[in-house]
Amino acid sequence: MNMLSQLKDHLLANSSEEYLSKLFEKVENSRLNAFTTLAKESALARAREFDRKPWGGLMAGVPIAIKECISTRGIESNCSSRILKGYVPPYDAHVIERLKAEGAVIMGKTNMDEFAMGTSTETSCFGPTRNPWDLNCVPGGSSGGSAACVAGGEAPCALGSDTGGSVRCPASFCGIVGLKPTYGLVSRFGLIAYANSLEQIGPLTTNVEDTALLMEVIAGHDWRDSTSAEKGSYLPGIKDGVKGLKIGIPKEYFGEGVDPQVEKSVWDAISTLEGLGASWREVSLPHTKYALAAYYVIAMSEASSNLARFDGLRYGLRVGEDKDWHTTFSEIRSQGFGPEVKRRILLGTYALSAGYYGRYYLKALKVRTLIKDDFLKAFKDVDIVAGPTMPIPAFRIGERINDPLSLYLADVFTVPINLAGVPAISVPCGFADRLPIGLQLIGKHFDEATVLRAAHAFEEATPFHEKRPEVV
Amino acid sequence: MITREDVEHISWLASIKIEDEEKDEFVEQFNSILDYFHQLDEVDTEDVEPTYRVVDLANVFREDKACKSLSQEEALKNAPRRENGYFKSPRIV
Repeated sequence: MNMLSQLKDHLLANSSEEYLSKLFEKVENSRLNAFTTLAKESALARAREFDRKPWGGLMAGVPIAIKECISTRGIESNCSSRILKGYVPPYDAHVIERLKAEGAVIMGKTNMDEFAMGTSTETSCFGPTRNPWDLNCVPGGSSGGSAACVAGGEAPCALGSDTGGSVRCPASFCGIVGLKPTYGLVSRFGLIAYANSLEQIGPLTTNVEDTALLMEVIAGHDWRDSTSAEKGSYLPGIKDGVKGLKIGIPKEYFGEGVDPQVEKSVWDAISTLEGLGASWREVSLPHTKYALAAYYVIAMSEASSNLARFDGLRYGLRVGEDKDWHTTFSEIRSQGFGPEVKRRILLGTYALSAGYYGRYYLKALKVRTLIKDDFLKAFKDVDIVAGPTMPIPAFRIGERINDPLSLYLADVFTVPINLAGVPAISVPCGFADRLPIGLQLIGKHFDEATVLRAAHAFEEATPFHEKRPEVV
Repeated sequence: MITREDVEHISWLASIKIEDEEKDEFVEQFNSILDYFHQLDEVDTEDVEPTYRVVDLANVFREDKACKSLSQEEALKNAPRRENGYFKSPRIV
């Protein structure tokens, strides 16, 4: 039962309730700390309903895990932050409405870096999630809970969000598939904002076809998101192969700082695609080295503005006696936010403050234009661009958390994609000892179909996605 | 260079109280991160337009029609302090 299409048949022929109960049992005995809130009662009730009178839909009866930052009506959504603990949204995010309309069952919420700010799921107020391949390692972040539960067999599929790599990084570290769609393709209505010009909701699954299926469900126009675009078509044509496909290999994505085992696996993957009829040539994305700085300036600036809403008035933490306005809010925010969130809000505030706007924020937005132009230029000659998702395999829990800059540097190949707004997928392409490695395939704006087709051809030709960790 | 005084000023602007013992660590971390950001200065951005959004959608309008919204009870449900159907805020004046 590797694929959702097979799972749907299984649920119809057997008991959806029984399948779901087994998942919950696994979650409750798990050491991964992937789930933070379980919607056991409502999910089991819905499964029983399905067993009594099955409904149709692309996700008929299929359980799914949802990242903490995506609003779910009646199920706590706290961004793994103290400041939002206990917050129960009175409405569903657009993607949740779509999932429910297609018959899915919401299992619960998954752990994440606080407000999606991190690469390791260690900044969560619920403690770190563990990597199912090695419990001493991080699962990647910020959608670490969503990736770990899928890789560990605790959920058949999940949704995450990707602001600078937060779907692709944990997909890479946990040996599963994760897609960051083109900016605008999936409505952000109900996604609790961190850096809204960069982020997209994306699927995390065990195989490429399931990611395409989820895209059929969650993509599409929604009037409540003013940047929302029309959906394309993702499942038809996914098996058409890569004959004649032109792949660009950016020279900036290899060499210094890239683990040799990662580099070798990615080159092997390119040879595999070549063997299937694709061709490759070197391309240059010359502004890659400036992407991290531009990304962090923009993300922190947007965060400082977006997170100004957390003041303990309409929702969230409220502490002590009310004093004057400013003192009250400053104390709530001091106690409610963790150190990384504070760091980013403070640096973002600084970057936007009088006298510094031009030097940091405006400068970063101009560099963003150059990074986007790098991709547009490369895509004149090639259909997709391929490289590593992460320069390294998963690192150990605690190894980098006290050195913020070293954590930021791990995002070097994922943030340019968000700055340019193009789609990118991470698919398993090998192992460094026991730890998975991810291949990143990047496409033109709104050309998810080609990215998925190439990823599917690669997956069919290789055994990596079939390997599952032996979680204890 | 960011100083302790800068950190205090930013913390006031951002409405996040910072404890005295946290300040030195923030000063150190902010300086190393800003130092990294300064590599942007190397890039020639003369005549380059800023990119605020990657998708060219602007001035998207909808019909000016009333639609279903949250009830007062639902809107207030998550508020930690409320009174007579209102959110209760600290004193302003």
